[in-house]
Order: sequence, then structure tokens, then C-alpha cells
Amino acid sequence: MLGNRIEVRNLGKAYSRRPLFADISLTIPDQTALVVHGPNGSGKTTFLHLLCGLIPSTTGKVDVYLHGRALSPGERKRALGLVSPDLRLYDDLTAAENLAFFSAVRGLAYSADEARGVLERVGLKVRGHELLRTFSAGMKQRMKYACALWHRPHILLLDEPTSNLDAAGVALVWDIVEQQRSRGIVVIATNEREELRYGDQTLVFA
Amino acid sequence: MIWQVALGVWMAAVIVASFFYIPAIAGFGATGETARLIVYHVPTAWVAVLAFLMATVQSIRYLQKRDLNLDRRALVNAELGMVFCVLATVTGAIWSRAAWGMYWNWDPRQTSIAILLMIYAAYFILRGALSDAELRARLSAVYAVLAFLTVPFLVFVVPRVFPSLHPNLGGVEERVSIMSREVLVVFLASIAGFTAIYAWAYRLQVRVLALHDRLTRERGA
Amino acid sequence: METKPSSLLRRALAVLQKDMQVEFRCRYAYSAQVVFAVTTLIAVSFSMGGRLADPDVAASMLWVILFFSSMTGLSRSFAQEEETGTILALRLAADPEPVLLGKYLFNAALLLSLTALIVPLFLVLAGVTVAHPLGFLAIVFLGALGLVGGGTIIAAIAARAAVKGALMTVLSFPIVIPLLISAINGTRLTLGGEAARGVLPDLWFLFFYNGIIVAASFLLFEHIWD
Repeated sequence: MLGNRIEVRNLGKAYSRRPLFADISLTIPDQTALVVHGPNGSGKTTFLHLLCGLIPSTTGKVDVYLHGRALSPGERKRALGLVSPDLRLYDDLTAAENLAFFSAVRGLAYSADEARGVLERVGLKVRGHELLRTFSAGMKQRMKYACALWHRPHILLLDEPTSNLDAAGVALVWDIVEQQRSRGIVVIATNEREELRYGDQTLVFA
Repeated sequence: MIWQVALGVWMAAVIVASFFYIPAIAGFGATGETARLIVYHVPTAWVAVLAFLMATVQSIRYLQKRDLNLDRRALVNAELGMVFCVLATVTGAIWSRAAWGMYWNWDPRQTSIAILLMIYAAYFILRGALSDAELRARLSAVYAVLAFLTVPFLVFVVPRVFPSLHPNLGGVEERVSIMSREVLVVFLASIAGFTAIYAWAYRLQVRVLALHDRLTRERGA
Repeated sequence: METKPSSLLRRALAVLQKDMQVEFRCRYAYSAQVVFAVTTLIAVSFSMGGRLADPDVAASMLWVILFFSSMTGLSRSFAQEEETGTILALRLAADPEPVLLGKYLFNAALLLSLTALIVPLFLVLAGVTVAHPLGFLAIVFLGALGLVGGGTIIAAIAARAAVKGALMTVLSFPIVIPLLISAINGTRLTLGGEAARGVLPDLWFLFFYNGIIVAASFLLFEHIWD
């Protein structure tokens, strides 16, 4: 749908004296995936944060359109799903409680059945009532997917999507990516060369 | 250039007048000579408050526009305000000691100027703790507005509470009403002069900081 | 599922519930402030002895203890989100208003429960009698709520600075001084037994202070949260 897209215009970010990147312009159309590739510290995560609207840009702007309308910064944050290494969930709550909280704070209805469904999708079916503190890194990564997918966002942002995951987890991720791509937008940031093939567009950071 | 010279002459005249033109006022200490401090203490306090008001205005404008130039202006106002606030506090303490025997008695005016000093200090401590320019501008602007909103409460609560906590210090409020014509003239001239100094320093410092920022940006690119 | 417009209160209660759940499981904030308050109370009572029975002295000491205890407790709700890194997920999922309201309610529960514990203990140790119990309770309640109001927004600012130490106290003190002066005065009057009407100005003052600080917090918080 033409009404759903992300537009990036002359985007640049600099920290104090250190410029990270400058003058990035592109459009991410609906039902496509963008892969952002580059070594550590090149600005991939910053780029994703700028897309979310979590940090202000130094130059340029990002606009997210849904159903033809540009979203306000607050709406934009709410409309995305993010999986990222610096995203942390509540260790002192169980998996189900985390989902219940994020659901309630978004103003969404929560049902235990639906929670079970999402947890099953990410392979955490039997872990619903265990504290996140007891989860391994891989399980926490799967949990991040559960939280990112709960509100069925139109746009999914994945920063190092397969980190900490075993082979089954990696397969799950690409399944999720395919599913999301068929009905929305995916942006993936990675430093793995072989993950480049998942993108319809590529953005390379030097 | 002519204005700066004129200001210099003006303030020199004010200083001279404060010693030779103003008569000693009875009631201020043993000889009444300490009344001269009114020419220095009240104007600096006035500028300290004015600077705080301006800093708050710039802070509100920053939150609306997110233009870092406005943050720079707020910062300069705070810097100048702090300097004048220190001057006001010190001159007030000296005056209090010379006229009434003790440096500090927490009367409503002293309490207010001390709290203003604490607000300025807190503002700078907050700024010092933040390294990201945008975050620093945003949070210090919020703090300035918050502080500004609670200051009027002081005006209402301290004079009401003070007499019951310090019953022996009744007379400190009357000093400003005994101004003869000579004193009034020099006093008003001093207020005008100090305000002009503040405005001049403000403009200079804003330009200095702007140039410094530009230089840093150009060097880094 | 669709996004139903859910009331501010319901979303705020979600934040409150979450904070309560986390707090019950590790009890950081409550323990810290209770330990601080009790230790300070014991130290004050021991060193001041009988002088604490004087309403003037008792009023000041009570609010000194409550103020500094609140600094330990009220900073937790925001600082913890920053320290554990959950602030990112929260910023993405939640609008600023429910977060502020939820945290305010959490802090209110925290400080009011501490006050309910410390005030009776204080009265017993100080040996001071309360001449006007109703007025005293009203002053203490409104004063504590005022500390919550000022403390919550300042905690939000201080947490973003990611600097440990006394930043919270340094920032809070100038904001909260008018509240403290009035609360101390009101406490002094209700302990000492002046005419009941004498405490009305302080009650009004505390009421308006609470109103202004809460209103200002709601207006300013989105600039901190963004």
C-alpha cells in the first residue's frame, strides 16, 4: 500500500564533535525489508533509534506514514516493534507479566490465551510463569520478539536479530521476518554478511 | 562604543555619589553610614531576579522551539544571574552585620536570596552532569521552569512564618521606606546602571559562546 | 486486536501495578527509605533527648527526617528503569502521562506508608503530644504528598542524568523548600496547641502547592520523557 512507508530525508547524526553519518535519504516502501549493514560502531543502532524517534537527529528528518498519514513522534513510537540488544525487559516479572504490562500500558486488551499464543510462536510456551531473571540470553531474545510482536506493529525494527539464538531461533527469526515483510515493513541492522540477502534494499554504513 | 563609555562614566558617578552625595541614614548601625550599601545590594538582587526571569523565559521558548541558541541564552542569563546573586547575598550579609550585628538571620529577604542562589547552583550542577547538548538543554530548561514556579510560594510563606520563628528581629523590613530625595536618585541610577551592565554582559557572552560553538563545529568537521 | 482508547487512569494503574510487583519482589526502595528514616530518627531522638518535646524542635526534626528519607525512596522508581535498562522499552510502549501518573501514585504509596510508620514512632520517641490530631494529620498528609509531587518530577530529571549520588537532593531542595517551611509551621502549630484556625493558611498553602506542582509536572514531563 502506498500509504504505508518510511521516508528518510537528509538524515544526519553527530555526537559532540564526532559525526556519525550524514545526508541519508531513502524511502522504505510497504511490504519490503531494508537491511542496514556495517561494522560495530558505524551507526546502525543509532540509525534504528532515529527511525523510532528515540533520539533527535542532528540534520534531516524521518517520517513514518500509515494509511497515508504522517505519524506524530508519539504515535510513531507506539506503532513500531523493536528488538535490540539495548532493549531490556523486566527481569523481576514473569514472561506473562511482562506481556500483560506492555499490553496494559499501551491500552490494549490482554488475554492469557493470546499471551500463550505469542509465547508459543517464539518458542517459550512453557516459560510463561517464570521470572525473566531465570531466562538464558537466547530465551530473553525470544522474549523480546514476543513483546515486539504483541501489538502487531506494521513496522518491525530488528537490531542484530539473531544474536544469542541457536539454529532453531535463527530459523524462527527469518520466519518472522518473512511474515512481517508480507504485510508490513522490516528494517534489519546487522553485521553478518549473509543476512544481507533478506533485504529488498540495503544501506551500508562504512 | 559611546554607550559603553557613557555607562562607565555613569557607574563611576553612582559610586562616587554613594559615598559623597548620599547622607548617612539614621537607624542603620551606629553611624548610619552603612545605608550606602543600598546602592549596591538592592540593584544586584534585582538583577539576580531579573536574570532568573529571563532564563526561565528562554527555557520555555527552548522547550517550544528546541533551538539550541535559546538554550545558550538561558545559560548566559543563569551565569550572570548567579554572579549577581552571589554579590547580592554577600552585600546583604555585610550590611546585615554592619547594621544589625549579625551576618545572617534568615529574614524573608535573606531567605529568598539564599534560595535563589541554591536554585542557580542546582541548575549548574544539573548541567554539569549532562554531556549530551540536547538532553542538557531540555532537562535544565524543565528545571528552570519548575524552580520558577515554586519561587512565588516563597513570597507568600516566608514573611508569614518568619515572625513566629524569629520573634526578636522585627525591624528589618522598614529600611526601604526611609529614602530621601538624594538617596532615591542615586538608588534609581544604580538600578539603571547595573541593569545596563547586565544587558551588556549578556549580549557579549551570548556572542562569545556562539562563536565558540561555531569554532568547535568547524574544527570537528 | 484493535487499539481501544484506554483511559489514562487504567494505563497509569498498569504502571503502578508493575512498579508494585517489582518492588514487592526486591523491596529496594521501601527498605532503603525505612532504614534511613529509622536510623535518623534514632540518632535524632538519642542526641536531642528531652528537647525534642518542644513543638518547634519536633516539627523541624520530623520534616528533616521525612525529607531526606523521601530522597532515598522517591528516586528509585525512575532510577531503576534507567539502571536496568528497561526505560527504552517503556519509552516505546507508553505515553508520558500514564507513566508520570503511575510513578506518582507509586511514590505516594511508598512515602505515605513510610510516613504512617515513622510519624507514630517519632511522636512516641519525642514524647510530644499532639494538640490538634486532625490538623496534624492533614498537614502531614498534604506535606508528604507535596514531597511526592516535587520528588517524582525531579527524580525523572535526575534519572536521565545517570549520575549517582546527591543530584536528586540538590535539585529537590530548592523546589521543595516552600513546602517544607509551611509543613514545619503547620506541624508546629498543631503540636503546640494554637487555635485550630491558625493552621488554615498552611493547609491552604500546602493544598495549592500540591496543585501547582502536579499540574506543572504534567505539563513538563513530556519534555523529559521524549
